[in-house]
Amino acid sequence: MKKIALLTVAVITTMFLSTALLADVQSLRGDKLDTMAKKPANLKIQNVKGGIERSFKLQPPMVPHEVDKYEVNLKINGCMKCHSEETYEKEKAPKVGDSHYEDRNGKVLKTISSRRYFCNQCHAPQMGADPLVQNNFQGAK
Amino acid sequence: MNESKKKSGLFLIGVGIVAGILLWGGFNTAMEMTNTETFCISCHEMEQTVYQELQETIHFTNRTGVRATCPDCHVPKEWIHKFVRKIQATNELYHKMMGTIDTPEKYEAKRLELAQNVWRSMKKTDSRECRNCHKFVSMDLDRQTPRSSEQHDPHYWDAVDGKEPQKTCIDCHKGIAHSLPEGFDPNAEY
Repeated sequence: MKKIALLTVAVITTMFLSTALLADVQSLRGDKLDTMAKKPANLKIQNVKGGIERSFKLQPPMVPHEVDKYEVNLKINGCMKCHSEETYEKEKAPKVGDSHYEDRNGKVLKTISSRRYFCNQCHAPQMGADPLVQNNFQGAK
Repeated sequence: MNESKKKSGLFLIGVGIVAGILLWGGFNTAMEMTNTETFCISCHEMEQTVYQELQETIHFTNRTGVRATCPDCHVPKEWIHKFVRKIQATNELYHKMMGTIDTPEKYEAKRLELAQNVWRSMKKTDSRECRNCHKFVSMDLDRQTPRSSEQHDPHYWDAVDGKEPQKTCIDCHKGIAHSLPEGFDPNAEY
């Protein structure tokens, strides 16, 4: 009987202690668990002339401009208005990589391969937000 | 001229003026009523398709809360051009009755053709309806993104120097307020 009472007291104390400890837990953005998260900073999409350098070999290049005007859906791919084989010269835009015209058997297609159709799965515009955790990563040059 | 003739003459003129005001005013009010967004989207053909797409674009949602409604882009402002457009609209009424595009699927099938009609008339008028709001003289290229200002630059100086424009807004700005049609070719001349 005494044992059970002791155990109960121990459990209750741990529970109180753990909630007290949890209150001090902070997210990477500095928010506490028991309060509302702060509104994220209102950052704008960056427009970088000349493009953003790759950080490592074979990295899908990041998009150095706004993309909200361009639709990519089954009917239309807005990115291909400038980046397609037929238009890139006129628009002075980088051409979509040759690999994007190959199907999974390595056959070269006339239009962009459906495997690579949804550009923003790999190519993302940048907001210029500071990393939450500082790091010393150096891109391969 | 005797007194009664003079009186009836004046009376007739008076009736004419009042009837004129009523008829003209009524006609104009009715025409203006058809020139509102609520009227345009009272047809589901417009409401379920193009109006939904418009709401995603900068012409509907933006920083300052100023927005364009259907007639701002699709109906000319000057009276005579507006009247011509309103007469052309009878064709739209005919197709509304025939149910030519009464489902989203039918609309999609016709989208390229419908878009081409708008592009053609925009090109013919040197994008008059765009220019009701957007004017090169008021455009500050330095406030634009680098890509925009680079593209606008030659046309901006043509406009400032009063030269004949080489291009018109719609040549580049297609599909800005509604989705581009399936099968749109960026290299084709529409």
